[in-house]
Amino acid sequence: MKEKIEALKLRFEEELKTAATEEAIEALRIAFLGKKGAVAELMTGLRDVADKREAGQLINEFKTAVETELSAAAAALKEAALKAEIRSAKKLNPSLLAKREFGSYHPITLATREVEEVFAGMGFTVEDYAEVVDDYECFEALNIPKHHPARDMQDTYYLENGQLLKTQTSAAQNAIMKKYGAPLRAIFPGRCFRNESTDACHENTFFQMEGMMIDENISISNLIYFMKTMLSEVFKRDIKVRLRPGFFPFVEPGFELDINCLICGGVGCPSCKNSGWLELCPCGMIHPNVLKAGGIDTEKYTGFAFGLGLTRLAMMKYGVKDIRDFNSGNLKSLSQFESL
Amino acid sequence: MFLSMNWIGDYVDFSGLDKKQLIKNFTLSTAEVEDIYVKGEDTYGVIVAEIASVETHPNSKKLHLLKVNNGKELVDVVCGAPNVRVGMHVAFATEGGCVGGHPINTATVAGFVSHGMCCSKAELGISDDNSGLFEITDDIPLGTDIKTVYDMDDIIFEVDNKSLTNRPDLWGHYGIAREFATITKRPLKPLTLADLTKYDALPEVGVNVKATDLVYRYTALKVQNIQRKESPVNMQIRLFYCGSRPINFLADLTNYVMMELGQPMHAFDNRKVDKIEVQTFPEEFTFKTLDGTDRKIDDKMLMITSGNVPVAIAGVMGGDASKIEDDTDSLLLESATFDGVSVRKTTTRLGLRTDASMRYEKMLDPELCKTATARLLAILLQNDKDVKVVSKFTDAYVRHYETVVIDFDKKFVDRYTGIDITSDAIEDTLTRLGFGVERNGDAFRVTVPSFRATKDVTIKADIIEEITRIYGYDNFEISTSLGALHPVLKEKEQSEEGRMKDILVKSYRMHEVHSYIWSDTAKNRELGIETPENVRIINAQTPEHQYLRVSMIPTLLSFVKENKSYADAYGLFEVGHTVEGLKENGYCLEKKKLGAVFFARRESADVLFMKARDAVLEIVGDILHKDVTFERTDAAFDFEHPANAFSIVVDGNAIGRLSMPYPTVQNAIDKKAAIAFFEISLPAFSALAVSPKKYKEPSKFPAIDIDLTFNALDLSAVRFDDVVKTAKAAAGEVLSDVKMQDIYEGEGATALTVRFSFISAERTLSKQELTPATDAIIAALSAQGLVFKVN
Repeated sequence: MKEKIEALKLRFEEELKTAATEEAIEALRIAFLGKKGAVAELMTGLRDVADKREAGQLINEFKTAVETELSAAAAALKEAALKAEIRSAKKLNPSLLAKREFGSYHPITLATREVEEVFAGMGFTVEDYAEVVDDYECFEALNIPKHHPARDMQDTYYLENGQLLKTQTSAAQNAIMKKYGAPLRAIFPGRCFRNESTDACHENTFFQMEGMMIDENISISNLIYFMKTMLSEVFKRDIKVRLRPGFFPFVEPGFELDINCLICGGVGCPSCKNSGWLELCPCGMIHPNVLKAGGIDTEKYTGFAFGLGLTRLAMMKYGVKDIRDFNSGNLKSLSQFESL
Repeated sequence: MFLSMNWIGDYVDFSGLDKKQLIKNFTLSTAEVEDIYVKGEDTYGVIVAEIASVETHPNSKKLHLLKVNNGKELVDVVCGAPNVRVGMHVAFATEGGCVGGHPINTATVAGFVSHGMCCSKAELGISDDNSGLFEITDDIPLGTDIKTVYDMDDIIFEVDNKSLTNRPDLWGHYGIAREFATITKRPLKPLTLADLTKYDALPEVGVNVKATDLVYRYTALKVQNIQRKESPVNMQIRLFYCGSRPINFLADLTNYVMMELGQPMHAFDNRKVDKIEVQTFPEEFTFKTLDGTDRKIDDKMLMITSGNVPVAIAGVMGGDASKIEDDTDSLLLESATFDGVSVRKTTTRLGLRTDASMRYEKMLDPELCKTATARLLAILLQNDKDVKVVSKFTDAYVRHYETVVIDFDKKFVDRYTGIDITSDAIEDTLTRLGFGVERNGDAFRVTVPSFRATKDVTIKADIIEEITRIYGYDNFEISTSLGALHPVLKEKEQSEEGRMKDILVKSYRMHEVHSYIWSDTAKNRELGIETPENVRIINAQTPEHQYLRVSMIPTLLSFVKENKSYADAYGLFEVGHTVEGLKENGYCLEKKKLGAVFFARRESADVLFMKARDAVLEIVGDILHKDVTFERTDAAFDFEHPANAFSIVVDGNAIGRLSMPYPTVQNAIDKKAAIAFFEISLPAFSALAVSPKKYKEPSKFPAIDIDLTFNALDLSAVRFDDVVKTAKAAAGEVLSDVKMQDIYEGEGATALTVRFSFISAERTLSKQELTPATDAIIAALSAQGLVFKVN
């Protein structure tokens, strides 16, 4: 019996060496471990053996060895097949035929969203307003007297029905004060119109953003704080601001707000005419006549207002040199503004 | 406006102070300084010298060979000036000196050595007169450095006129000096004035102000025997540095006083103007001003006349006939205050702005009239000893401004500023600025000085500005407000507008553009679009832009055309305002709209149209959670295709339009490409409530899909939303979904495959039990022109 098993062992080893496919291994398994296989035959032959115990043990050992080797061979084969598959896989190249096709927002939309977000975070509501307004909203309610040069035909587009295209977002101040009363925190971006010829720095149609904050005891100190905070957020760095006296009929005192030049950082360069400062937005304490016209108790409330040139802000932020690009409809410029 | 620090220095002692820094402080406290110019720096080593001899150059007609006496010796100089003369005193630039930045060295000119240079005023930078050498007529010892006599060294700064519109007091050096005196906390020196009361016994000038509504004050003074023709050099330098070319002594004098005090003055030749009326004329006429131009005068323009003969346009410019001539030696001096609005309107109508009119527009202080005359007379007497005043100072003060008195207390200032400025500081600042201050502890009563009271300072808030600007905004401690914060919600329309943009940009890769609120008639014409006559802008820059736009689409179509080189396919959209005529109250019916245009070269018109349709579905579905029906209509605009124009209807409300372009418009843009567009009215859209989202428990049992194919006689007439409704009504609740699976358009036949999905919440359905339902659907749809095709 022992000799028989040894011979079978040798035969198995020989045949396993040449079994190169899953089918061959399966055939080998059937030949040795199948119902009519070599091991089964040995078991049958056990009847004629004297020391059944020893022989049985030898057969079992042989069977286990065959099983182990077969499954090892099968696993090796699978492994080799997987490796071959990986080796022969097609190599992809993401650098080829890449199409950059995105939609785009108008830069003014992006700038507006950014500023709105900053102000919303500080409790300011965002308001929308008409573009066609009347003389009262645009001038009268803003303490701009009848014969003020701002009302001249050369600045304002007048309509045949007596209305006009708003020259400033301040035209919404009165309506918003009447809508909410005090206290009030609001910003209102909008399109404005000035009857002037266009060049790289001038457009007859542009965007501003007006802001107002009215409450008990609103002070100049608060105004500077809010402007500095807002501008630092918008430009994503610590902005230095300075106020200079400036005259606008709807504020008193009125200021021109300058920020330290973003290009040279304040040391002086051609962009800031070597002054280190850039004029950014007019602002001031809302004139009592304007508050009164908006139905607000001037004994109880004070407030500040500011006008931010959104178009100018967008030009500064994105480095747009010609203001006319904004209304050109030219996708070669405008399609660049894919997202914030 | 240009301002001279030397001139200001007449009234404020700047010793020990950095003038350039002071000018920067002026920006922060008063008005923005645009530029600073340092004068005289590049010219030095120039002395007074005498031309001792003149010989002509042997080879040049222009050049002369001079011997120049520099006070110590005679030096050889080659000179090209035409006015050289023996005995003439000139400004002589010595070797080692510098003129206008050019160093002076020994030079050989046309073969002769020259040891220095005789200079013109232009070369010295004190005039633009380059016609000849600067002849020095003042009695100055030879060899004297001219800078010790003439104020060539100066710092000039420029202030934008616009930043002074509300400050009539800052239109002259004296008012500016008051600001500097306040900023530096140094005293403001008084003006040197002539005593006009000395002439009270003399006869009055005949002054008759007829138009009393347009005049505050008219004063006049007559002077005779003026001999001086040329202004003192230092006066000429100041005028030149401040942007005014010296003319002659009398003209310079009125300019000088205007630039010092801000009060325009006019000098009439007394031989031609002996009395004054101030009036308007009912009839139009032509008047020649002293610049030689004929001007049309209308009934609103205020005129100065003498014996009813017009001699000047009040506050703007004098007449040619009465102007100062070379031989004028007697004057009628006008110093007046005219109504600023009237002067501005006159200048606008004439198209003529002058230094005088600019100042009058700002509403001058009538008190200045007398000061200006007294100042002018003082300078005149100082420079021309034999001048005789021959009239009383005649004063027609027809309208007075009211004195403005303002009460406030420190608490008011604290509340406005948010910081603590002491009562002493408040008192000091206001006093220095010329306010009359009565103080009782922290309570103030201030009287606004006349030069600030014409319109500038009227209320308490104006006082705040005076206090804070001098205190310095840089010195403010800043702080947040302590007011309560409230939640901030965006208006529905605004947040929806933002989401529409997001959908078009992110899902449809469209590009947002901006344009104008008016129609562009020229661009429309290129596309064959007739610009509708809408509300008109009466002062449009071109008639092509006079009508406001009714629709967003035409401009977008033009943009599509202009961008054809950008890509094969793209979409554009704009959110903007349109005006649909007038409302009943006469105001514009203004509507914000979203317009979107799709363009594609390699897509069929059908596919692109469906893409535009999908965008509408997504906008309405995503934002409002609602379905859309598209109602076929006639074209509403000439750029819409009459066969393919639709109204976008949501919940029975038309909120916009979806269309294909009119064939000729299409061809004008691109004959081969596909174009489709839609427009949505934002107010109509936002008026619709957002439908609540409801969760539906999914059935645990499988759905059964049954595809049925129908022949359609006219596919364009099939309304699929009706198909869905009809099928649901016929089949009942068990029909959960209806989808169009396929369209087959063959020759002469159109077939439509529809998938009907059935589901039950209680059990698994079998195909057999659905036969009655599908039969009912088939029957119902045949009434809609869909004939079941036996498979």
